[in-house]
Amino acid sequence: MKSTADHATLAEQFNRDEERVDWHDGALWWIRQKRDRSANQTPQWEELREAASAIKSNVISNLHDYLVQFEDNLKKNGVKVYWAADAEEHNQIVYSILKAKEITQMVKSKSMLTEECGLNEYLHERGIDVINSDLGEYIQQIDNEPPSHIVLPCIHKRKEEIGELFHEHLGTEKGLSDPTLLTRVARKHLRNVFLTRRAALTGVNFAVAETGEYVVCTNEGNADMGAHLSEVQIASMGLEKLIPERKHLGVFLRLLARSAIGQPITIYSSHFKKPRPGQEMHLILVDKGRSSLMARPDFRDSLKCIKCGGCMNTCPVYRKSGGLSYHNTISGPIGAILAPNLDMQQHADLPFASTLCGSCSNVCPVKIPIHDQLYKWRQVIVKEGYVANRKTFSMKAMSLTFSSPEMYQTAGKTGRWILNHAPFAVNHKLNPWYRQRDMPGSPKQSFGEWYKKNINSKDKH
Amino acid sequence: MNSREAILAAVKKNQPALSPLPDISMFKVVEADIASRYTEVFTGIGGQVIAVSELEHIKPLLSEHFDISKRTVTTLPELSDVAELINTEVDPHSFDDVELAIIRARLAVAENGAVWLTESVMGQRIIPYICQHLAVVVTEDSLVSTMHDAYGKIASEDYGFGGFIGGPSKTADIEQALVLGAHGPLSMTIFLIKQ
Amino acid sequence: MKVALFIPCYINQLYPAAAIATLELLQKLAVEVTYPAKQTCCGQPMANSGFEHMTQSCNNLFIENFSGFDYIVAPSASCVLHIKDHLHSHADEAAATAIRGRIYELVEFLTDVLKIESLDAYFPHKVGIHQSCHGLRGLHLAQMSELVAPDFSKPQHLLNMVQGIEMISLDRKDECCGFGGLFCIAEESVSVKMGKDRITDHTKNGAEYITSPDLSCLMHMEGILQRNKSNVKIIHIAEILNSNMPAL
Repeated sequence: MKSTADHATLAEQFNRDEERVDWHDGALWWIRQKRDRSANQTPQWEELREAASAIKSNVISNLHDYLVQFEDNLKKNGVKVYWAADAEEHNQIVYSILKAKEITQMVKSKSMLTEECGLNEYLHERGIDVINSDLGEYIQQIDNEPPSHIVLPCIHKRKEEIGELFHEHLGTEKGLSDPTLLTRVARKHLRNVFLTRRAALTGVNFAVAETGEYVVCTNEGNADMGAHLSEVQIASMGLEKLIPERKHLGVFLRLLARSAIGQPITIYSSHFKKPRPGQEMHLILVDKGRSSLMARPDFRDSLKCIKCGGCMNTCPVYRKSGGLSYHNTISGPIGAILAPNLDMQQHADLPFASTLCGSCSNVCPVKIPIHDQLYKWRQVIVKEGYVANRKTFSMKAMSLTFSSPEMYQTAGKTGRWILNHAPFAVNHKLNPWYRQRDMPGSPKQSFGEWYKKNINSKDKH
Repeated sequence: MNSREAILAAVKKNQPALSPLPDISMFKVVEADIASRYTEVFTGIGGQVIAVSELEHIKPLLSEHFDISKRTVTTLPELSDVAELINTEVDPHSFDDVELAIIRARLAVAENGAVWLTESVMGQRIIPYICQHLAVVVTEDSLVSTMHDAYGKIASEDYGFGGFIGGPSKTADIEQALVLGAHGPLSMTIFLIKQ
Repeated sequence: MKVALFIPCYINQLYPAAAIATLELLQKLAVEVTYPAKQTCCGQPMANSGFEHMTQSCNNLFIENFSGFDYIVAPSASCVLHIKDHLHSHADEAAATAIRGRIYELVEFLTDVLKIESLDAYFPHKVGIHQSCHGLRGLHLAQMSELVAPDFSKPQHLLNMVQGIEMISLDRKDECCGFGGLFCIAEESVSVKMGKDRITDHTKNGAEYITSPDLSCLMHMEGILQRNKSNVKIIHIAEILNSNMPAL
């Protein structure tokens, strides 16, 4: 499934259709603007971000005790608890729960964690059919493509393409592309799915250590439709989703939807605590790299993420390269700082897919210094040897030249040394600067030379 | 060592020195006219607010706004003459054909329009999600300004399931075009009882 | 007040006019300016590529060149931010710390240190400001559109003192141009697309000139403008602030 092409290559492919890039960029910028309006209308917005960040700092610093407290409360509430070290173990647990009840079909609401774990494929291989019920995720599933955005899974698709998929998979009239009509068709089809599935799996947005409840946020109502009609309800959550007390939900629910799409709250914020009579509830706590990320002081704050997608909407690189260019379940700036911890070789390119403009850190509702972490990941990736030797050699040459005034000045004289180096032509046969940009002019003399002639000589006389 | 022990040990080893919880008591919004604010916000989301002076007055409005020839259910005993009282024991799938559900909110939040419901006021958990149209009775004195105030009131209340619902179900997954009625109700109406 | 002029490598070699304007402007404002002749580069091209560990000798040279001044001023927000954030020394951390606290980008030096309120400058053109990300989000030269906070802009404040100038406003007032150091090579297609879109925002709003406290962004946009045979020009903010009044 994993792509071998890097972000730059995939982004270049995305950019071959400029009209689509403009449309994609415009759609996401519109959401960024809605987020700005919403933030501006919320009193004490910056203080809220600060509080959210501080609560999450507390969670990371006391996670062990919160996990134990949460587990105790889950058990008291009648929820069965599991611990999974990695994707394989998580998938096995889900499979064993379903197998025990002889269930072969499951409906799932949005869960990036299960996407990361490859749960659908795992269950499919064992004869269990999973349907994603979030409309965007459903569309991505029938197109056999991963989500390109954590909140807006098919933001890169045109309605005509979705119409074509519906024609193929749901038998709609050819050429039908009206979003309302397509949504009605999906509503009818998926309602039948909800009514016939005995098992439902949801992700978790927030889990409260104090009470043992967990909160799932959707706009569509798909998590609730699945969960309340199921006899087996499963929730998969990363360890970092915990928050200490119920009252802290106030802070996060005020920030989440406003940061995500400029809405004051998601339509549905469902607090699951105990199973219905006759129903089973299972919750799987998944590590999958979280505890190892905690061991990296420069990067552990990325565990604060509440998956609002705000950093993607504001990121000009994301908007102009598309989420699939990141070849990772979680794309965009946050994906680029989470992925290297999981597989540095596979994701060595992602921290470089940024101009370090810093807009992501400013919209982040939990104040993760995303662009600082991108910079720091670059240092780690280079030190651990995941960058081509050619680049290392050229950097050494650059470093040597800049370390020596004499070499620098001589190099400058002999044809503006810099024109042949940073950043125009570093070890590339075909100069990528020149493909769509002219070279800067080459002045007769540098400032240093001018200064020597005009100022130093004046001083002498 | 099983995964539970291994994970907890790794977390304990890697977590940094304790960072204190912040004080969140300073988040206060005082609304001059909370009912107007609520109405403005909820209407902006795509919901409808109808102000009435007493519960009895919503009965004639139901037929005006909804097709009550189809299945209408409620948890409010006062409405049992116009709607079927929800049976809390039956299979939730049996509510698939509900056109309109009328339930009472525990509280409602002015800053985002959301109502707080627990399963005791839903009758069954599935009710406010499976109905085609949702109507919620909110009394003016149950309005709060922000989510902080809402959780202040919910406090340590025990429930098996509770949820905020902030409007009709919606999606914008197809080209960011807003469509009301994704999987849940197509519309949401608040009957705001102002004394 | 003893001020050292730091002219980053690419400005020294490719945009000497901006450096000269910076020097002349400071001299007009009666600042005693010295240009340490042995300066080279701040080390950012290596560091942003992940090679910060190779910048130590570059840092040492920087410290050698720029110690002992009251202020260090440079016409490049990006290089100044790099020094502020990353200049360290195993040998003499105290000297590095002193420099990190004394280095200023030109605009902020004029508004925050010299606190100038008027200028004799004349530039009768329509101008758009490109807020470089490092100047904006790093040095906080203007309010950032993502934050809920009162609006201000130091470059705008200075340009308002220039006679004859007409400032245009942008649809996206502080979006990145896509230069990003080696990003402009490594991610060429996205970089150019970002640059094109920034330029379009300026041109459709009527700009004749795009100005900025950062020439690296301007260099990237200039490359695109010239390739597309545009009449729109780039100009460093120092050149506008140093532009002379017309002779009577």
